[in-house]
Amino acid sequence: MSEVSKEIKVIVFRLQNEEYGVPIDYVGSIERMLEITRIPNTPKFIKGVINLRGIVTPVIDLRERFGMDASEYSSRSRMIIVQIDDKEVGMIVDEANDVVDLKEDAIETPPEVIGSVDTDYVRGVAKLDDRLLILLNLDRVLSNEEVNQLSAVEK
Amino acid sequence: METNQYLGIFIDESNENLQKVNDGLLDLEKDPTNMEHIEVIFRAAHTLKGMSATMGYEDLTTLTHQMEDVLDLVRNSELAVSAKLLDILLNAVEKLEEMVGDISAGGDGKSTIQPILNQLKAIDKSEEITNEMVTSNEDGINGELTLDSFEETVINQANSEGLHTYHLTIQLTDDCLLKAARVYMVFEILEKEGEVIKSVPSVETLESEEFDHQFDVVFVTSVEEKELNDKIMKVSEIKQVSIQPIKSLDNHEDTDNKEVNQTPSKQASMEVQNNSKSQRKQSANKTIRVNIDRLDALMNLFEELVIDRGRLEQIAFEMEHGDLTETVGRMSRISSDLQSIILTMRMVPIEQVFNRFPRMVRQLTRELNKDIQLDIEGAETELDRTVIDEIGDPLVHLIRNSLDHGIEMPEVREKNGKNRQGHVLLKAYHSGNHVYVEISDDGQGINREKVLNKALENQVVTPEQANQLSDRQIDELILASGFSTADEVSDLSGRGVGLDVVKNTIESLGGTIEITSEEGEGTTFTIQLPLTLSIISVMLSTIGSETYAVPLSTIIETAMIKQEEIVTIQGQQMMHFRESVIPLIFLREVLNVPDSNNASDKESVIIVRKGEQVAGLVVDSLIGQQEVVLKNLGNYLNSIFAISGATILGDGEVALIIDTHSLIK
Repeated sequence: MSEVSKEIKVIVFRLQNEEYGVPIDYVGSIERMLEITRIPNTPKFIKGVINLRGIVTPVIDLRERFGMDASEYSSRSRMIIVQIDDKEVGMIVDEANDVVDLKEDAIETPPEVIGSVDTDYVRGVAKLDDRLLILLNLDRVLSNEEVNQLSAVEK
Repeated sequence: METNQYLGIFIDESNENLQKVNDGLLDLEKDPTNMEHIEVIFRAAHTLKGMSATMGYEDLTTLTHQMEDVLDLVRNSELAVSAKLLDILLNAVEKLEEMVGDISAGGDGKSTIQPILNQLKAIDKSEEITNEMVTSNEDGINGELTLDSFEETVINQANSEGLHTYHLTIQLTDDCLLKAARVYMVFEILEKEGEVIKSVPSVETLESEEFDHQFDVVFVTSVEEKELNDKIMKVSEIKQVSIQPIKSLDNHEDTDNKEVNQTPSKQASMEVQNNSKSQRKQSANKTIRVNIDRLDALMNLFEELVIDRGRLEQIAFEMEHGDLTETVGRMSRISSDLQSIILTMRMVPIEQVFNRFPRMVRQLTRELNKDIQLDIEGAETELDRTVIDEIGDPLVHLIRNSLDHGIEMPEVREKNGKNRQGHVLLKAYHSGNHVYVEISDDGQGINREKVLNKALENQVVTPEQANQLSDRQIDELILASGFSTADEVSDLSGRGVGLDVVKNTIESLGGTIEITSEEGEGTTFTIQLPLTLSIISVMLSTIGSETYAVPLSTIIETAMIKQEEIVTIQGQQMMHFRESVIPLIFLREVLNVPDSNNASDKESVIIVRKGEQVAGLVVDSLIGQQEVVLKNLGNYLNSIFAISGATILGDGEVALIIDTHSLIK
């Protein structure tokens, strides 16, 4: 079994000029921008909550989560709803446009500096023809340590 | 054998039966001569054994089998009920619970049962025979049947009227498939010919086929023995019927007997009828078991419906269309009825939670060397399942607290002129839209001086604050974080987590907790809980362009005040309210709402309370009152300051629900 390299399907999305990927297993759906209700006293990257077919779902701005410059949302902006463990979160990205198959062994551990994202959040990078895909470590991206730290300070 | 599909049922029923055994044992402790308790325990243990054997859980089967052997000795009065015996049996129950728990968690239910098994066997072997336990009730009837005084009276009455009373032992063939059906046929014949006074096992048990191949019936009839035998033997798959006439019972309670004998015979026979009727009625009261997930799904669907109902109401209001408005109005009423039905379906008696306490108290009193009696009232009070699931731990905490810190050692109690035995009362009751749970003890009460010193020591309060605290506020300090006043930290309640955890849990459920205490007399904790957590009434209000909801349960009233009515005291803006001055909380500041400006010279204020504290929440404008479905913010956003949850409004927008408790400090 182990000789056959496993393939994973990855949803590809864009932030600024870089392409990122999350395994499709974690993705519940991809939504157009929905109306967001702001939640007071939360970190800036937490945009608020949306009504996702009757379920109140928090959304974060991935640009701001990674400390990139915030930008206006456009008609191409998307919310990628991901589920990890018992958390369900929408991630706002500039564009989500592709699904690709990746061989597990094509994923390399990230070099020290990779694009503009802290390596902490990166699981690996994959070369795809002439494109470079940054695979996110959702566990870290969606860790709510920072969320809770902030609300603890508020208290 | 493919048993997976039965696993859920097995676990449910095992837990039920274990609870029966547990309750039975505790009842038996109080009333060791009552054979009814033994019967109940025995039957439950027997069912459990049968089920575990079918499911292939060997350890469970072995242990219950051994228990059954011991219980059998007690039942046949060959063994006296002693504290030691109960200890061992309760330990066995605990072990069984552990194993069933393991199975429900996906384990194989295997456990080291040898030590407890040996203990049980030791009892079995020693076979202490005490004849004191034999009750004279059984005279004239063979072994198993015990009649209560009412049944005896009926038999005596019937015999004196020249009717026959028989004790029938009916045995089904070993390969009988439809046992319940045969039982039913036998009963049908019997009821045509006379009245069934008693059956062992009970009719319900027989109908659910929870018996081997034999059952006993006490029967009053005018038919002769032979004829009766023939009639019953016509039912197929009956192996044998033995009929023994029961002579008038030589009752030891002569005085009672005479009194009853003087009542007209008609009344007695009527009573017989009533008795058997009510028995039948009981078995006809049908229930079905529904998976909780399905009820949850139903509730979720209904919640969606409530959201759409809100939307429809809004559309109808905007369109001003007569027929539409009327239809929507009717639909709202129907859905309100539906809502109450669904909510009651999800209600479960608080008994489920209370049940585990008698044993816990029994065990703790031993560990603490105290003498404490736990009384439970209102166990039938119903609460939404979601609340039930959460309330267990806080109650355990509070009861432990009462046992450990509240009730004094027996010697101390005696010295203070109290009964050696301490009492803890656990009481639940409904009032309005809330359920109250009270835990009161007759212990030493709260030592305010000690509490205050401790609070100062742990910097829970400053010396300046300490001087201004009322007795009640001092009592409530024990709910503050980082608090344990027990001189010796025991492993019971001094585990680092204090009563603040209890308070937080209860408040997160939308409830409140209050303490009243009288030094030397005892302490009472009163917990107020909402009936349900899923649908609540709120006051909607706007701040800037955002909509917020404030739970109606915390609101005293709403008011409009002029700017000049706001007074500033020590930098805090306040307003007058019912002869006192209350602080104002400007939500637009607390919640950092962008572009909220109040152009007018008036402010809308929602006056809310938390216990005895009152504050005014300043908003931009009030929209109105509405029933909304409470949704949580998900696991990603937990503990957001001042926000307890969210709801979806008629237009699909999400509105946040204000947590007033965290706003009032």
